[in-house]
Amino acid sequence: MTTAVATSQSRAGLLTSTGLLAKRTTLTFWRRTELIVLSVLQMTSIMLTFRYIFGGAIGTSQGLDYVDFSVPGFITAGVLFQTLGTAIGMAEDVEGGFIDRLRSMPFPSSAVLTGRVLADTGILAFVLAITTGVGFAVGFRLHASVLSGLAAFALCLLFGVAFSWVFIAVGLFTGNVKSAQGVSMVVFIVTFASSAYVPVGTMPGWLQAFAENQPVTVMADAVRALTLGSHAHALLGHDAGYFVSRSLIWTAGITVVFAALGSARFRRR
Amino acid sequence: MALTIEARGLVKRFGKKTALNGLDLEVESGRVVAVLGPNGAGKTTFVRAVATLLYPDEGELRVVGHDTRREPEAVRRAIGLAGQFAAVDQAMTGRENLELVARLFGQRAKQARANATAILELFDLTDDADRLVRTYSGGMRRKLDLGASLVSAPRLLLLDEPTTGLDPRSRLDLWDAIDALLEQGTDVLLTTQYLDEADRLASHIVIIDEGRTVASGTPAELKSRIGGKVFEVHVHDRADLPKVAAALARENGAEPQVDEATRCVSVAAGPGNDDTAQWLIAGLRSIEGTAVDLADISVREPSLDEVFLALTDQRPEEEVGANKQHALSAAESV
Repeated sequence: MTTAVATSQSRAGLLTSTGLLAKRTTLTFWRRTELIVLSVLQMTSIMLTFRYIFGGAIGTSQGLDYVDFSVPGFITAGVLFQTLGTAIGMAEDVEGGFIDRLRSMPFPSSAVLTGRVLADTGILAFVLAITTGVGFAVGFRLHASVLSGLAAFALCLLFGVAFSWVFIAVGLFTGNVKSAQGVSMVVFIVTFASSAYVPVGTMPGWLQAFAENQPVTVMADAVRALTLGSHAHALLGHDAGYFVSRSLIWTAGITVVFAALGSARFRRR
Repeated sequence: MALTIEARGLVKRFGKKTALNGLDLEVESGRVVAVLGPNGAGKTTFVRAVATLLYPDEGELRVVGHDTRREPEAVRRAIGLAGQFAAVDQAMTGRENLELVARLFGQRAKQARANATAILELFDLTDDADRLVRTYSGGMRRKLDLGASLVSAPRLLLLDEPTTGLDPRSRLDLWDAIDALLEQGTDVLLTTQYLDEADRLASHIVIIDEGRTVASGTPAELKSRIGGKVFEVHVHDRADLPKVAAALARENGAEPQVDEATRCVSVAAGPGNDDTAQWLIAGLRSIEGTAVDLADISVREPSLDEVFLALTDQRPEEEVGANKQHALSAAESV
């Protein structure tokens, strides 16, 4: 190939290759217009369904409209539904041999994973911004400072990092698109059996025990506490600091465990 | 003699299945080597080991002088891999795919762009360079995949079943593309289950079966292993076949093979039979003695199929197919 191709290549470092691969994932996301439309539509229709169909029956508590209770929950659950796509994306790359090609190249292979997380976080910011916009459009109002609201948004992005690692691991371990899709059932169960859509107190005892102690509840309540201001303590029993610190511990724990699992699987020879 | 690939006693197991079972293989630089074997023979596992995608459980594997386990990065810098699946991103254009790979190899943006353009030209993809790959035909995708393995100007190109699943026309197209590379002196290791492909592209052939090397050499050397030229006698009447076979069996050669369907008796000049011409004349004389009504007589080179079947023990297709499923599912999990 000496005649056709000139090479004076150095080595692409971790940062460069992370950037290149994040760009690739972001680019392919933008090109799949149907996926963007679908995920925004899905998010919006769930929100509208709960707001206008179930919302009346669920009613209000502690002088708070259901819409103010539920929108922070929708946004938190939205983090999971959005990052779920990563499992399918990774599985596609494994199945199609793209990961093999990347792993046979002389750049730090962890960039394949970090690049994915970086791109996921950017995409998530975009999708959550739209979701938040829809939330405001259907009547959600911030009961805390704007800064607190922004902190809630940033917190969601951090959750996104954790779940991105979860779904990267899922994609790598399943290794094919069909099995990776099966995981969406688990996401449904985990988000519905949480405080994301309805207060945990209305669930039967056995379910409550699970719902109260799982990360999505803690995360949804953290976002809620940051957006509801003075209502939060009355509704949730603790103030924002309590939920935020707990959600951060969950986030760190999930990230460490799944990043380790995913990396180990990825490096396996 | 510089060795591009040096494999000694490679063993790789996936659970209970042994994919490589003490494989020895050497590739001299400046050669195009085809690894030929039935499905499940261990071809893909071997290529993945050379590409540092998996490490053998036992044995030693050096690629361009570097141990694949201790110095994988040095190996990766020297190789290009084009796999069984076209490993390109469907949601990117052909040009974007090539540029991404070039950049990940550490090339600067400008150089990556220039190299992508050169590759697109080389593979006759310039007109489709800026279309999304998902609109490409299977053959175009495979060519782009091959191109992606070349943007780094690798010293060793690994092609794992490059034409499997392609229609005949795309296959010829890809062969031409590979030919062009060979002329430029890239070392190539290719795996294939097609004998004609190995015959057409490779200067050396290594036949492997059940994870071991069964035979290796130039196509001509391998053909001579089953005994030089093949003498074929066609008759009009099926009933005459045994008579012809008996006549030919008397001569110094391999066992005559009788094919009822084509009404043909074929016999190869036995190994160590130096004077093929004398052997042929003797054969003709003894056939003349049978006074059988002949349809045709011909002399030809043995085909690689005959070598292959002789060396891989003529295992039935079904069994081979069943093995494939097993080996592939094990080999492909990351």
